[in-house]
Amino acid sequence: MLTTNLEHLLKADEHAKAIKENENVMVCCGRMGPMCIPVYGIMEELQEEGNYKHVKFYDMEFDNPESHVIRNLPEVRNFMGIPFTIYYKNGKVVEATSSIQTKDKITGILDKVFAVTEKA
Amino acid sequence: MDNHFDAIIIGAGPAGLTAGIYLSRARLRTLILNENTIGGQLVLTHEIANYPGVESISGYQLGNIMKKQAKSFGCEIKSNIKIKDMDLQSDVKSVILSDGTTYTANGIVLSPGGRPRNLGVKGEDTFKGKGVSYCATCDGDFFTGKEIVVVGGGNSALEEAVSLTKYATKVTIVHQFDNFQAFEYAVEEAKNNPKINFIMESMIEEFIGNEKLESVDVINLKTGMINNVKTDGVFIFIGYLPNSDFLKDTIKLNNSGEILVNAEMATNIKGVYAAGDSIAKKYRQVTTAVGEGTIAALALSNYLHEEKTKKKRDEDKNMNRLAELIDNSKEYK
Repeated sequence: MLTTNLEHLLKADEHAKAIKENENVMVCCGRMGPMCIPVYGIMEELQEEGNYKHVKFYDMEFDNPESHVIRNLPEVRNFMGIPFTIYYKNGKVVEATSSIQTKDKITGILDKVFAVTEKA
Repeated sequence: MDNHFDAIIIGAGPAGLTAGIYLSRARLRTLILNENTIGGQLVLTHEIANYPGVESISGYQLGNIMKKQAKSFGCEIKSNIKIKDMDLQSDVKSVILSDGTTYTANGIVLSPGGRPRNLGVKGEDTFKGKGVSYCATCDGDFFTGKEIVVVGGGNSALEEAVSLTKYATKVTIVHQFDNFQAFEYAVEEAKNNPKINFIMESMIEEFIGNEKLESVDVINLKTGMINNVKTDGVFIFIGYLPNSDFLKDTIKLNNSGEILVNAEMATNIKGVYAAGDSIAKKYRQVTTAVGEGTIAALALSNYLHEEKTKKKRDEDKNMNRLAELIDNSKEYK
């Protein structure tokens, strides 16, 4: 059980619904371990700061059988370190990272893959 | 003067958050500036069972409670910031962030904590999470039936090497010295494990692979010979470093980069105190960090009070002198 302040995805169908109903989604799939907690922490801060209101932040427990939706993604086949962090745009994986990440790296990815473009 | 505070705390681990609780509860306008995750190393601890008054709690939860407590007393916290420059010598201290924002304060508590040491060699960052790991409990099961390398010679390295034999078929320990720094029991347990072998007086020079780690170049420090070792994973356990790089030209540090403090947690600079894992000390526990944070905050409160009283006394003295001068000039008339 993850004890973060993020919204948890507990079932595969919740995961499917989250990426279907939201344009930009970041899911961190891990345990309550030293490589994962800093990533959850950064996601919580980003959510609190409110600069990425166009992105939905979730976590999912790595050992939950339902997280096969993440563990079986082709994008993670070479990953050998948790957390697996997946970025979805319109339901499609646009970026995936393995293991601990810095805030700079995460915001770099968010700014790149979920860039807000001004409508003409 | 929105950016001026009575006290600025650098770092939001247990020491910094405790200092934040005490200072803001003393009605001092307090700001915590934090570069990494709030809670520091504390939040990485799965279970804390020796924090008095709490039977068992995860480090993440305890860190969150400390953060809430500090905020409830009015302490402001800015996280994931980067410090560009600092002036600690002046009476009014200033901290400049990389985004250009400047914060000033009459006193500072330094509690930047520590971080796991990296090898800092070519390919380490590239293969992080793709063969390079710093946590056996997190990533051990990815290496079931594979051959791995463990780097280090302390208790963590040897104990984790033994625990990794649950998954790996072979564990090679690479250590830079000809003897181990770990306790005898840990050395014995590793030496008696048939799955573990040793490459001594050697260091990894490069991580090599394509989509994931495939091998490492290991240099023998005595002969200079480089040997390519095929491996699926490398676990690195080579200790912790204090986060004091940004202080090295400012504050008195020891040879290990730890901040030198006295019993009141005062550094060599007036109005600057330090606490937590970044100070020179023997024992690194949540409870010791909390204790040091308390002392630093109380000592800083006392310093700020004394400075204010002194300033007031000087002002009164000046006013009295001025009044005397006016009186004297009246007498002359």
